[in-house]
Amino acid sequence: MKIAVDFHIHTALSPCGDEDMTPNNIINMCILKGLDAIAITDHNSVENCIACLQVAKNKGIIVIPGMELQTKEEVHLICLFKSIDKALSFQKLVYDKLPVKENNPKLFGRQLIFNKKDEVVGENKRMLIGSSNLSINEVFHEVEKRAGIIIPAHVDRNSYSLIGTLGFIPKELSIKTLEVSKTCNLNTFLDKYRYLRKYQFIQSSDAHYLWDILERENFIEVDQKNIGSIFESLR
Amino acid sequence: MQVKNLIEKEKFKLITGEEGITAEIEGLYCCDLLSWVMSHAKGGDAWITVQTHMNIVAVASLLDISCIIIPESIDIDQKTIDKAKEENIPILSTNLNSYEIFCEMYESGLR
Repeated sequence: MKIAVDFHIHTALSPCGDEDMTPNNIINMCILKGLDAIAITDHNSVENCIACLQVAKNKGIIVIPGMELQTKEEVHLICLFKSIDKALSFQKLVYDKLPVKENNPKLFGRQLIFNKKDEVVGENKRMLIGSSNLSINEVFHEVEKRAGIIIPAHVDRNSYSLIGTLGFIPKELSIKTLEVSKTCNLNTFLDKYRYLRKYQFIQSSDAHYLWDILERENFIEVDQKNIGSIFESLR
Repeated sequence: MQVKNLIEKEKFKLITGEEGITAEIEGLYCCDLLSWVMSHAKGGDAWITVQTHMNIVAVASLLDISCIIIPESIDIDQKTIDKAKEENIPILSTNLNSYEIFCEMYESGLR
């Protein structure tokens, strides 16, 4: 069966994430749009995933806890996990590898942490916008160890993308699925990079505002509508 | 100037094998976005980059780069070093930064 997905959505925890990107606003917007499965992928953190999972409970939408990690090569990787425990364990590793600088809310916005009622319960003081001191290969190793999955983010872009930064996809990495940005014309893109045809592509919103979130426009094929089948399809 | 002339200076340390050190350095290029380097650097250039991922070797090999120079004593992945040995691309490590490397090369007659 085909399900409509958007696996790259930021909350107000991400630098530059709109403060309206609260758990209830995001989940309800996704339900209104008719999405079947989404992933919450803040920059170098998973701290709003718990509230989003709680809000989504019994609402028929699948929410995958995830993170948009920035490697030391300044490459963005979407890291998805089957459980919040695995995501939190990954976050612990990432936090140990972030620079010990504080966020500057004037420049990058406040990094808000919510509970399931959309109440602000904290503010993350770390500078989440920077790079972790983890190499791409280390990230693949660590995510695989936690049975997670990696989708290189917006590979059509020149900045912060696997292809933009490293020139091409390293063949030693176990990648099946690549993400292109919302505005990318996949056919034109694949005409330019013919060697990428062997990969499966998904399009994601990289939403920082509620209105950025995808409509029912990007689909993946799954056996069943559950996280296990989604991971099978992406892996 | 050849790569080995650089190694003879104390400031540059060869961290790969001897293969390729007689290559002629015809120019100097500095950039860390590999996709940009692929389309702008020239054969014979010595290439300064802070990237240490294995892909730097593939890019250097593709363009016929004379050597890769890693500035500011950045650690280099062992896989990258192994791959460079296999492809006969010399990698040089130095504690100089990019500007200081340019000065050094200019004073050595690369102009």
